[in-house]
Amino acid sequence: MAEAMKMRATMEGDVADVKVLIKHPMDTGLMKDKKTEKLIPAFFINQVVATLNGKTVLEAQWGVGIAENPFLGFRIKGAKSGDKIGVNAVDNLGTKYDGEVVVA
Amino acid sequence: MNQLRRAFLKSAGTVGTVAMAIATGLLKPGAVFAATWNNLAFTAKTPAEAISNAGYGGATENSDIVIKAPDIAENGAVVPVTATSNIPGTTSMAIFVEKNPAPMIADFVFSGGAEPYISTRIKMAKTSIVRVTVKAGGKNYTNSREVKVTIGGCGG
Repeated sequence: MAEAMKMRATMEGDVADVKVLIKHPMDTGLMKDKKTEKLIPAFFINQVVATLNGKTVLEAQWGVGIAENPFLGFRIKGAKSGDKIGVNAVDNLGTKYDGEVVVA
Repeated sequence: MNQLRRAFLKSAGTVGTVAMAIATGLLKPGAVFAATWNNLAFTAKTPAEAISNAGYGGATENSDIVIKAPDIAENGAVVPVTATSNIPGTTSMAIFVEKNPAPMIADFVFSGGAEPYISTRIKMAKTSIVRVTVKAGGKNYTNSREVKVTIGGCGG
């Protein structure tokens, strides 16, 4: 589901500034459907891994407290223009999301 | 090659086949979620329990952890938070909202050149202390700041 993820990576000095936006409802499991009064089951991205040229640089675990359509910004020192940054994410139902961007 | 990997991921049904793919060198370990999700920390109801279960217990206050967040958030459903650790040797960072029903928000482990910096957007049920904890040189450190919330982010 690559279309669910938007990424951008730009160099700031010797550091790559990476911004990731993932389309996801991030349902907490604590809210009720306004019409049916039933609890909306928890549905959220719970793990994210970022790589630089295939090598892991960031491993994240998320709970339900990350806002809807999650935004993640991180920085990689020593990256350079042309490097590939990948992001893999998975939600609690096992759906995988991935994206890749070349550092500008 | 990437195309092949994607096609493979789609067809691979079970964890077993993925593990086998790693063993045979078809998949890079970097693309696989190695750590198990810390259920104990994320389901803890109190901040102290969440922090302890996440492995950040006994953290000492340190103002070298810089937390950027609004003083007043009009909408608790989306509160931008940026945290930077200026403590040398920082290897991981976690974010907690003390008054949320589930205080633990996220945990990040840095490696291979990643700076101890995270920017994200979190949910806040009500006005609360936002706490950031880090691991550096085998020790735990923490800093916090209050964010006032005018409309809570967890419905009602």
